[in-house]
Amino acid sequence: MIKAKKSQVDSFDIIIVGAGIVGCAMAREFTLAGAKVLTLEKGEDILDGASKGNSAILHTGFDAPPNSVEHACIVDSYHEYLSIRKKLNLPLLKTTALVTAWTEKEENLLEGILEKANLNGIFDAKIINKKEVLAKETQLSPVVRAAIYVPREYVIDPWTAPNMYMLQAIKNGATLLRETEVKAGKYDGEKWLIETNKGIVKGTNIINCAGLYGDKLDEMLIGKKAFEIRPRKGQFIVYDKAASQLINAIILPVPNEITKGVVICRTIFGNVLVGPTAEEQKSRDDASVVHETLESLRLKGEELVPALKNIPITATFAGIRPATEYKDYCIKHYEENNYISVGGIRSTGLSAALGIAKRVFRDFQAYGSQYEPREDIIYPSMIPIAETEKRDWQNEGNEGIVCHCEWVTKREISEALTGDLPVKSLSGLKRRTRVTMGRCQGFYCSAHLNELTKGRFKKPLAKPIMKANK
Amino acid sequence: MSHSLIKKKYDVAIVGGGPAGLSAAIELKLSGVNEVVVLERNSQAGGNPRHCGHSPFGMREFKRIYYGPKYAKKLVDEAIESGVKILLNTSVISFEKGGLLTLSTEQGVSQIQAKRVVLSTGIREKPRSARLISGQRPLGIMTAGALQSLVYLSDGKPFEKPVIIGSELVSFSAIATCRHANIKPVAMIEENSRPTAWSLLRLYPYIQGISFLKNTQLLEIHGKEVVTGVSILTDKGEKKHIDCDGVIFTGQFVPEASLVRMNHLMIDQYSNGPIVDQFNRCSDRDYFAIGNVLRPVETAGWCWQEGVDTAKSVLKSLDNSLEDIKQISISVQSPVIKYCVPQKISVQSRMKEIQLQLRFTEPAKGRIIIYTKNKELLSKQVNGLPERRILIFLSREITETMALAGENLFIRFQKEGDK
Repeated sequence: MIKAKKSQVDSFDIIIVGAGIVGCAMAREFTLAGAKVLTLEKGEDILDGASKGNSAILHTGFDAPPNSVEHACIVDSYHEYLSIRKKLNLPLLKTTALVTAWTEKEENLLEGILEKANLNGIFDAKIINKKEVLAKETQLSPVVRAAIYVPREYVIDPWTAPNMYMLQAIKNGATLLRETEVKAGKYDGEKWLIETNKGIVKGTNIINCAGLYGDKLDEMLIGKKAFEIRPRKGQFIVYDKAASQLINAIILPVPNEITKGVVICRTIFGNVLVGPTAEEQKSRDDASVVHETLESLRLKGEELVPALKNIPITATFAGIRPATEYKDYCIKHYEENNYISVGGIRSTGLSAALGIAKRVFRDFQAYGSQYEPREDIIYPSMIPIAETEKRDWQNEGNEGIVCHCEWVTKREISEALTGDLPVKSLSGLKRRTRVTMGRCQGFYCSAHLNELTKGRFKKPLAKPIMKANK
Repeated sequence: MSHSLIKKKYDVAIVGGGPAGLSAAIELKLSGVNEVVVLERNSQAGGNPRHCGHSPFGMREFKRIYYGPKYAKKLVDEAIESGVKILLNTSVISFEKGGLLTLSTEQGVSQIQAKRVVLSTGIREKPRSARLISGQRPLGIMTAGALQSLVYLSDGKPFEKPVIIGSELVSFSAIATCRHANIKPVAMIEENSRPTAWSLLRLYPYIQGISFLKNTQLLEIHGKEVVTGVSILTDKGEKKHIDCDGVIFTGQFVPEASLVRMNHLMIDQYSNGPIVDQFNRCSDRDYFAIGNVLRPVETAGWCWQEGVDTAKSVLKSLDNSLEDIKQISISVQSPVIKYCVPQKISVQSRMKEIQLQLRFTEPAKGRIIIYTKNKELLSKQVNGLPERRILIFLSREITETMALAGENLFIRFQKEGDK
């Protein structure tokens, strides 16, 4: 075993494994509740696994399985997000959603979906006819037959939100170790000793938020698992900002058993995304995009919103959802091991994370340690990057725009590279600031960005040119 | 930088300080226009030639050959000498009717107003994402433009042995850039049976040591954190793996026209640039467009000339001597024709010869035919190649007939042998 540094053998109340969306929300919840929290993340940056590719929707839970854990978490999370968002300066794009029927068969299914929404406590959803749909969405293909209108489905920032959860945890005393992978662990009946590539850490309770590796971590630490991860890939295409003028609502299809289906949706950054697909695969980390699939997403998008044809595609990506053999989330408290496994948080992770954290804490309190809730909670803030907010380029002292497609300023980049949660990789910087995420994908700003990030990343944009001896 | 709350007013505001924008600015200034401002979002003006570390630039403008960066500097120097005001680090965020421009600088947001606005926002390459290429998304995937700027503007070397996708002019420029940074490309991959920039065959010695793979398709990019290789489909239909640590997507240029798309000007679906008339006037006649934002893609020298010529029209427009009687359109009717610029012709009391710029999507031999709904106006034999401009001149005789009839024009291609 590696010899641990003294500071790292300090004992923590809670060790969270995995700094994805769920891990970040968990760190915040337990820290604010008074626990001494350590989060271990094997990636260079937070949100580096399943969390990096999602559709950024804050669901009401109208279409979740009634009486499921998932539904309860989504509902709790929804209210929590709306109540903390002003204090944490988190954006909200009030879009609404339309579950659209394109065939007679689909139209006949709408009643059932509405009933489900009612069972889920959503009473302001209603079925609207073709004319009403087209009045709301003038650019939608007139083939549409009817839709369910869901007024309070919103779009949020998929990366700033969890980033702020983690930053708030850190500001209030939590510790985050990145590039720190759990190699082994032992529970002696009182404490956990966790061996990592960076040394040994000690804590009372473990919360497994390892996402795509949740089942492996359970096996490694407690020798059993309540679920098996079945990675499900979702590919997306993103249209340039001009597309955001074409739609208002989140355009959903009538879902099937496996997936909510391909969504057309504005992002909070002013783009439009089309996706995801739902593809079962073995690999937990191969988020490859596939030309034919991207092409079919493009055709789907243009079929439903014909004017998308004239808008350039700016980005493509894929996310991998940590689905399991079960439909519902797999949250399990192993009291005898001081171990909580939070698994199978698949496509609704962003919508449900705050609720999942609340639920886990509530159940933990019933048997676990009692903490003194933190007083004088610090609410950090960050320069907002959503188009719903006043952007930094509009403010004095922004130090100039670096990324011209997404209007990212030098000050935003400097802020992301410093502070209590500095980004450590280009992909981390992209999520934090959106730099190079626009239509040119770095054609115009690579040189400038290379200058600004010199010495910051383990894998830099470019190495210095060694002049050949002549 | 002006801090006054009153909107600064200009005679002409030029958006983008590349060869086209600078040449128009110089010409306007030399013709006696008082307040000419160039708005440049980068910290230096000069446009793309700033990071094209190769020749030949400047033949048309300065009658001698320069390397890109020197050429860019010479243009900027000349503009400043002529009294052109260049505002650096100044981004145009949006514009509206009446020549009202909203800007962002490090001071925040401001507005200016210009009697005429000239858009010269240039061009960029189509990145991997827009090409919908399969595979993972590791570090080391970039356009030739990004590579050039990394190498020439920040002394950076992003990879050691990349593959180059495409064989346009800029692809050869990418090879030169690699040489400069001691990067050794392993292959140049081209879908077609010969290099797109086949007139550059003379540059073949230049790519010695780099295998040129024709009739080859890039299938997939591999690598979790950094590029580890690519899969290709060879001309024999075999799937093969190439070890490499980078992928350079070259060419497939698209106008940087999102300002046009996001604001009130009309955009052409063929050129992907703003719709203009023979004076390069946009759908809002206070706005003009020049250079590569009009269409993909021309040399710096061509763009420079467009700046000079269009400046003359801007002058006339400022004097209100560009009055139109009506406007007719020219519509592309054959898929072989990638675009035709201008897309509109303004009919005036005295018509002149009009030049149409065309490009082909694929190599084709045959005739270009220009016609109205009941009459053929012109038929011209062409031997077209993608990447090579085709110019069609509508003589004064034709434009006058056309003006008289006032009917919309169509343009089609008739393949050799076809009726």
